[in-house]
Order: sequence, then structure tokens, then C-alpha cells
Amino acid sequence: MYMADKTFTDQNFAADVLESKMPVIVDFWASWCGPCKIVSPIIEELAKEYEGKVVIGKLNTEEHTQIAGELGVMSIPTVMFFKNGKRINQLIGAQGKDSYKKAIDEVLTK
Amino acid sequence: MDNQQIEKVVIIGSGPAGLAASIYSARGSLNPLVIAGRGAGGQLMLTTDVDDFPGFPEGIQGPELMEKMRKQAERFDTRFINEDVVSVNFKDTPFEIQTETMKIKAQSVIIATGASARWLEIPSEQKLRGHGVSACAVCDGFFFKNKNVIVVGGGDTALREAQHLSKICSKVTVVHRKDSFRAQAALVNLLKSKENVVFLMNKEIDEVLGEDKVTGVRLNDTKTSEKSEMSIDGVFIAIGHKPNTEFLKGHLDLDEHNYIVVKNEIYSSVDGVFIAGDVADYIYRQAATAAGSGVKAALTIENYLEHKK
Repeated sequence: MYMADKTFTDQNFAADVLESKMPVIVDFWASWCGPCKIVSPIIEELAKEYEGKVVIGKLNTEEHTQIAGELGVMSIPTVMFFKNGKRINQLIGAQGKDSYKKAIDEVLTK
Repeated sequence: MDNQQIEKVVIIGSGPAGLAASIYSARGSLNPLVIAGRGAGGQLMLTTDVDDFPGFPEGIQGPELMEKMRKQAERFDTRFINEDVVSVNFKDTPFEIQTETMKIKAQSVIIATGASARWLEIPSEQKLRGHGVSACAVCDGFFFKNKNVIVVGGGDTALREAQHLSKICSKVTVVHRKDSFRAQAALVNLLKSKENVVFLMNKEIDEVLGEDKVTGVRLNDTKTSEKSEMSIDGVFIAIGHKPNTEFLKGHLDLDEHNYIVVKNEIYSSVDGVFIAGDVADYIYRQAATAAGSGVKAALTIENYLEHKK
């Protein structure tokens, strides 16, 4: 099955997030985190809905600890919004799809 | 999308109460529709070891228990919608339930939306949420490996969180505003036996300290009002729960803490709307009691629909 959402890693983060021409949304998650399972399908839906406008994907904090550490992630799920290599917003804790949509629309109009 | 079909029973929520209700309703040929919600599975999805649910002599992980319950419900052809309910209309029958994308009509409803973690709701806590303040030890304990943390609260949830964190963190301090615990004695004793767990009684959080991340807390002594500060890397809040009843305000009778007011455990203020689990229960709040009330609601609805004919 074709997946619109991307997988971010410690290795590809600089190139695929920080140097991306499009805005990027990163969902920090881990397998043991219940609320992350709430966010995960929402992220997949959003990746399809915003395809071509925003790059949306996930970073497994269990396997890729370096980036999560550098960005000071201390709670998951955390969803971060990047534009031109800068973090411009983040939503901590599981939220409804509408909250994420609103935040993405803000990024797009800024 | 408008669904013109009128459901016999719609179950809102998919924790132990909602899933037990769906298993019984399905076996009672009521063909239930479960609106599972974005937080499908409920509070047990945030729990690790469940050692008190009957039938699992070695204990079971919370998420695994919920997966088994859901599979059991699916085995009897329960249908699931993985969306949240946005609003309800219980004025006339059939009742109307609006989800994110669907309008559903139903002859009867079981509300089993449970409860979620409560916060202290002080500005410094909200500011540092995600930067050292957490309400989910299972989710975030990993980020506090070999660190010094506190758990705030005195119930089962607080002590379970402390138990989990004691395996990861160098030191866990349980801060409780009373001089005794509400938690099960077995849990209290287990934690007392752990070398890296200490207890601070009669203390409450006055302020969480830190600019970009948590560096400490200021405590208030609940007996003497004396203030003290301690440095800390993380603060886990486990001070209880609030019922998920926001969408029901004005549609059902709620008490002053927003729990649904019930008669005989499962009857709401509206005929045909039944209640199960923690959404009306601030006393027992167990997976097994929630499942029990789900079963009662499902069996009562069979009878209710029979007499309505």
C-alpha cells in the first residue's frame, strides 16, 4: 500500500526536515506510548490530505534518540512544525484532528 | 454522510465498559455500533502491568488486554467507528449522535466514554508540560532514564506510575497532600520495599520551577503552609481523573464534578440512554467494574427494546 507519510530518522533529519523546501510536520512517537497510537492514524490521514503542500511524517524516538534529544522532546506524542529549517510550532500530547489541521493551515498561510 | 438506518444500540466508548457492553449486545442480536473514539481502548492503553483483572494469573499489559477485548467484540460482528462524538440530541427518539463525519440515529445508547487524567491546572505546570511535566509515565518515562523525578498523587494511578518509573529513574519521590494513601495496600507495600522510592506526605505542588524545562518544584506543606523547594528533572501528575462528558452538557444530568448522575448504576436522566464505567464512577474505577456495568447496561437494553415494541 502506498503511504503518503514519511519516516524520519537521525540520519535523514537534516536533509529531509531542516533543508526541505516545503513545510515539514514531524510526529515523535514510540511503540509503548498509547496516546501516540491515537495520533498515528491522524498523521497518516493528514499526510494524504496535504500531499504536495506539506511533508508529513513520523520519527520513532526509541530508535532515533539523537534528534529527539537535541530538540528536547520529553513527552510523546509531540508534533513539531518546521518551515525553512526552523521549528515554528509544536503540539504536545494527543490532540484532535482539527487542532493539527488548524496548526498546518497556520503554517501554510504564514 | 447521513446514515438513515436506525441503530438498535449505539455504544459510545471502547474501554472495558464499552467493549463488554458490545460483546453482550452483539450476542443478544442487537447488532451494536461502537463509536470507539480517537482514544480507543481508554485508560488501559496508558497502563503497563495489569495484575488485578481476573483471568490473567501472570498479569497482562493494558494495551494487550484492550486488544483482546476488541477482538472478542469483533468476533461477534460488532461494528466500529474510529471517530469522536461531536454532539448528541437526546430530546426525541430516535436519538441522534453526530460524529466527526457521520450522523447516526439510535433507539438506545450506552455512554461509556470513561475518564481522562486531570492536571493541577497551575500556569507553571501547563507552561512546562512536555518539558519535564507529564501525565503519562508509560509514555514519557523513557526520557527520564537515570533521572530524579517526582510523582504527584496518592491513588492507584500515582503508585502505578511510581512503580513504572522506579524501574527507569534513579530516584522517585511520591508527593501526596494527605498523610495516608488511597491506593491499594499491595501497591503501597510494593513501593515501600523499593530502595529508590521515597514518600513525601502532606505536601502539594505550589509551583513547578524552570524556564525552558523543569528544574525543580516549590512545595507547600498542607498542615503548616510552610514552603520548600527541591530540585528535580521531571514531574509526573497523577492526581485523578475527570469524566469525558463535555459533549453531554445540557443533554444529561451531570453532578458538580461533571460525572453523569445515575440511578441504579446504569440509568441516566433520559429514558433509553444508559451509562457504563468510569464516566459515572468516581469510586471503584476498575477495569472489571467498568466491564461489569457495561454488561448490565447491555442486558438491560435487551429488555428495554423488547418492551418498547
